[in-house]
Amino acid sequence: MSSLATFRTCAQTGLRVDGAAERMIKVHAVAGVLAILFGGIAAVLVLLTRWPAVHLLGPAMYYRALTFHGMNMLIFWIIFFEIAILYFAGPILLGSRVAWPRVGWAGFGLMVLGSLLIDVAILRGGADVMFTSYVPLRAVSYFYLGWILFAVGALIGVLNFFATLVVARAERTYEGSMPLVTFGAATAAIIAVATLAHGAIIYIPTWLWSLGVIQNLDAGMYRLVWWGLGHPSQQINVTAMVAVWYLLATLTVGASPVNEKVCRTAFLLYILFINLAAAHHLLVDPQLSPAWKVFNTSYGMYLAVLASMVHGMTVPAAVEVAQRKKGLSKGLFEWLAKAPWGNPGFAALVLSLALFGFMGGITGVTFGAEQVNIISHNTLRIPGHFHSTVVAGTTLAFMGLTYFVVPLIFRRYILAPKLATAQIYLFGIGIAIFAGGMTTAGSYAIPRRHWDVQFASSFFQPPIEPAAFFFLGVMGIGGLLAGLGGALFVAITVASVFFGKRVPDVPGAVPLAAMPPDRGQHVPISGTLVLVFVFLAAFVIYYFLNWKWLAAIWYVR
Amino acid sequence: MSIQTLKGVWWKKVDRSEKLWLGIALAWCLVLFAMMPLWHWKGGQNPSFETYRITAADYQAKVEAYVQKTKVGEDRGFPVVAPGPGEDVYMLGRLWQWYPVVKLKKGETYRLHLSSLDLVHGFSLFPLNLNFMVLPGYEYVLPITPTEKGEVYAVCNEFCGIGHHQMVGKIIVE
Repeated sequence: MSSLATFRTCAQTGLRVDGAAERMIKVHAVAGVLAILFGGIAAVLVLLTRWPAVHLLGPAMYYRALTFHGMNMLIFWIIFFEIAILYFAGPILLGSRVAWPRVGWAGFGLMVLGSLLIDVAILRGGADVMFTSYVPLRAVSYFYLGWILFAVGALIGVLNFFATLVVARAERTYEGSMPLVTFGAATAAIIAVATLAHGAIIYIPTWLWSLGVIQNLDAGMYRLVWWGLGHPSQQINVTAMVAVWYLLATLTVGASPVNEKVCRTAFLLYILFINLAAAHHLLVDPQLSPAWKVFNTSYGMYLAVLASMVHGMTVPAAVEVAQRKKGLSKGLFEWLAKAPWGNPGFAALVLSLALFGFMGGITGVTFGAEQVNIISHNTLRIPGHFHSTVVAGTTLAFMGLTYFVVPLIFRRYILAPKLATAQIYLFGIGIAIFAGGMTTAGSYAIPRRHWDVQFASSFFQPPIEPAAFFFLGVMGIGGLLAGLGGALFVAITVASVFFGKRVPDVPGAVPLAAMPPDRGQHVPISGTLVLVFVFLAAFVIYYFLNWKWLAAIWYVR
Repeated sequence: MSIQTLKGVWWKKVDRSEKLWLGIALAWCLVLFAMMPLWHWKGGQNPSFETYRITAADYQAKVEAYVQKTKVGEDRGFPVVAPGPGEDVYMLGRLWQWYPVVKLKKGETYRLHLSSLDLVHGFSLFPLNLNFMVLPGYEYVLPITPTEKGEVYAVCNEFCGIGHHQMVGKIIVE
């Protein structure tokens, strides 16, 4: 087999690149960008309906568009892109061939087939069941089949990654320990196996139920197992995103992790604890005990939160050290002030890290406290939270990385590189405004997944705080900015791939950051320490404010 | 670099400033964890764990019998029930209503029973912002004490089909 693989040596990075890996990255990235295009169109329709001043769609189309948006964004865009990352972090970073090139195509084919079945089912009106498809809500049976095929296809991509790690080891394509980015990707891949297994465990019986083979599925059991898929699938995102942070820090400022032991141990904590957070969705359910809820929602004493807080320090610390080694060491923040802010990869890294931590992380942990969930569950606080993690965090990081994928893998220059940088800022700031408005509107009890919060057609018309309307308007404006940023992303990427100037095969054709010289000196990370303590202060304040708000509602005891 | 393989020993001692953050972050995680048991012990708002298995038909019969017994009036076609302090009160969720309308007294504690006759529903007291899940097959008992007079509304906040947004019930606190 190995004799069939054809390699090129990348003139920019010196990496040995298997043609099969490169093709897999291309097709998965293209599928991912198509998904974000479809999901993005639906996003704008959903947004313009939830903005009470516009209220665009009717109820049937709104619920359909919302289901379509959730599937294409949370599952297709993210997982296609993640599989692309695995084909980069495995074969390319280790200089190895792809273990099973043909099997890789089979996996990709199943993912495409599954996603098409799901999208067709939704668009034909056969699956107005939301992303979660809680039984006994029923969709057409090929919707569930689509989920199974997609999960199996993704699982094949993940297994191909593991097989490639084995091949690289056996054929000695590298020496020593695998790079940190590969290690992080492997962590994401392990979490993905657990996630996709839950997907199979829940969607196979649900599919049989939709065919009439199984008569009854318990709603509580479904929610328990389904969230073993639903939440961990977003933990693959978190883990892959952190790996991409380290990657972007290297590509943009030549950063190296300050201490590999710390970074890798933090990834290990993700494997051990992060999937327990599936409990976040079940905290106000009837079927589970408080002990179960408290242990699981806390990721086993918050050790996965600890991991994220570690990465939140080690990534900026790596940037700070690299910059200081280049001589930018005046005061606390010269390293940050003189960072390459005009580079879309760096802009994406900083915005992703800051928004994920300050908005997504803090809200997620707070709403995931068992009791605080009483004042958060299924309100707009929840989508406000996960748009800060999955969109402002993961998607933004992946967008920044795409501006390296296009020149290095597709070997085309980005058309309008300045516009690419502006795109990152527009999208990041737009999403921050959007998620801020959404989360705050949610604290006025505005429900998620709801067509009409003015309750015009219901039996009773609850009064609504004017402030809630204001924040829904903030959400609308931020969402439009982000929508524009997202459209620009698709336009720039597609135009560059088709019409961009070819990258010549000479060293330095794509400017990548050089590693700063190591003179063995001790470099302080005082700027980073200031930043993480600011973060901790924000965390503490927001967390205890929520307990105060909780204490003000009716007693439940 | 994070994209290069590591040769030699990389299991190195952790720098002091990194250690400082690790220690503080771990301490904060323990605080986060401690808050939940602490609130169970001292706090006034905790998800209950009094749950019974019940079929939709049985629960419906129970609620109907309860409404017959305690009905005190009507509001927009819904019966209004007024349980005495400390008593059980039953509500059901179905496509697309919360039934019946309930009248409570401020400062009194009631055992609120909730279940669904069909799909999964979200019981959200609006604009109070108190949220619980209501599942078919499970009878959930929440010991609640209203702390303010006025009307609150039970909004459904879990998607339950095309009429989901119409599903609004009412609780009056006197």
